[in-house]
Amino acid sequence: MDNYTEWQSPETIQQILNCKRVAVVGLSSNDLRPSNFVGYYLSRNGYEVIPVNPREDEVFGLKSYPSISDIPDPVDVVDVFRDPSAVPEIAADAVAANAKYLWLQFGVISPEGVAIAERGGIEVIMDRCIKIEHARYMGRMHWLGFNTERISAVREAL
Amino acid sequence: MPDLPEFRGFHTRSVHAGARPDPHTGSRAMPIHQTTSYVFEDSESAAAYFNLQEYGNTYSRIMNPTLAAFEERVANLEGGVGAVGFASGLAAQSAALFTMLEAGDHVLASSALYGGTITQFKHFLRKLSVELDFVDPDDLEAWRNGAKENTKLFFGETIGNPSGSVLDISGLASIAHDHGLPLMIDNTFGTPYLCRPLEWGADIVVHSATKFMGGHGTSLGGVVVESGEFDWSNGRFPVIAEPSPAYHGLKFHETFGTFGYLMKLRAETLRDLGAAMSPFNAFLLAQGIETLPLRMRQHVANAVKVAEFLQAQDKVETVRYAGLPDSKYAPLVEKYLPLGAGAVFCFDLPGGRDAGIKFIESLQLFSHLANVGDAKSLVIHPATTTHRQLNDEELEAAGIGAGTVRVSIGIEDSDDLIADLAYALEQI
Repeated sequence: MDNYTEWQSPETIQQILNCKRVAVVGLSSNDLRPSNFVGYYLSRNGYEVIPVNPREDEVFGLKSYPSISDIPDPVDVVDVFRDPSAVPEIAADAVAANAKYLWLQFGVISPEGVAIAERGGIEVIMDRCIKIEHARYMGRMHWLGFNTERISAVREAL
Repeated sequence: MPDLPEFRGFHTRSVHAGARPDPHTGSRAMPIHQTTSYVFEDSESAAAYFNLQEYGNTYSRIMNPTLAAFEERVANLEGGVGAVGFASGLAAQSAALFTMLEAGDHVLASSALYGGTITQFKHFLRKLSVELDFVDPDDLEAWRNGAKENTKLFFGETIGNPSGSVLDISGLASIAHDHGLPLMIDNTFGTPYLCRPLEWGADIVVHSATKFMGGHGTSLGGVVVESGEFDWSNGRFPVIAEPSPAYHGLKFHETFGTFGYLMKLRAETLRDLGAAMSPFNAFLLAQGIETLPLRMRQHVANAVKVAEFLQAQDKVETVRYAGLPDSKYAPLVEKYLPLGAGAVFCFDLPGGRDAGIKFIESLQLFSHLANVGDAKSLVIHPATTTHRQLNDEELEAAGIGAGTVRVSIGIEDSDDLIADLAYALEQI
């Protein structure tokens, strides 16, 4: 298995999870698609989800934009569910739109896209799922027996 | 501000993994959530939980917070992505198999296995039209040549029960992976303190947590751990990769990635098999794990002393403990079990069945019962009990003779254990 730990830093992941506005590129309205699972989860967990998909008019009742450059207000995170070949253009759009972070989901591996984003001052997470990471650090992953790798005796605030 | 410290020690994780203070009450010990079901926040949440769009509690046949603490603790210690608990070790193993197998599939398994596993594979799986072949666990070429077009899995035990054979896990994993197959290891006798098969390339670990994990012979339980690294979408496992008719067309591997197999194991197999662990057992097993490393050290130290004592006795023929320096498994022990070769082993009495029975009935401190991995030392005669359903050929393959006695060495004082064994040997 390839090792992308350089783009999987727990600190960066937790900074991203504290952001608010997440553009989900490739968000599908088909509720069996992974992008739909993740987008729905994010919207239920306090994030402002902005669908980006030229094939959709709206998803979860939210207007879908053809590309990142069409979104009127700045976004914090660009979360990508697309073929890796589409990533360089998305990364360039993310830089142009002043996004803070680029998140590439499982299997969305694009060294070229990563380079474009990083040259533009954007931090990147690659080959990780934002839903899983949210569930690990802020959510209920431990309710289903998954390994959060969190060891702490601190009582968390509700 | 400096980064928070990370706590990585095995003892620390045994005590803490999976169980943080309860955020609602502050309870430091893991609360026992003795409930069948959970009140939903609202209808949309209920639907999201059932659709697996969000992690939420629905019904204790499928998940329970106390069980989850136990599961996460085991997953953490084994280095897996997660775990799913079951009512017993055999239930866990059944579920691990059902999740990936279909009628017409084939499994290649070690011949040196727990009798209950051999029976489960040979009779129960065959009833479901799954083919089986057993191979000598030490013969890697037999594994390589035994894989067929419809083979879906390699299966073995870290330390064979009761033969004491030690599996070449990384050798086997690489053959399995050459064939696009996962390797499943029963690590009950190893425990994650002595061996972590996932670190050696195995893909799935199953446990009877009833044994050393719980450690006190009080509670049945089993658990399945997965590495999350096996590619279930490699074309050989449509049952996991393709849309599931048992979950409204969900593609588990694509949707949940590294969690796909375990999500399917929980949301479908556990749901349908119904072999859920009780929350009270989960509490006892999770508490047992807190002392796992301490107990294992004493188990292993005692086992070495007892094995050395037995080896020196004229009335004992062979002591099959892989932890002895002259064991043929010594190189594999050095590699896979550097902290010790476990605490369950067999030895042979030349007097056969009668000598075995006389010996067992003369023991005063060893308990004669069908279990292993208790804090108390245990003894049994496998040919007439745990491996009774096996024919002569299978008994031989499993390393069991008429005079074979199996012991599970507890955490008492080794001098007392040796005194008891010496007394019983004098009686035959």
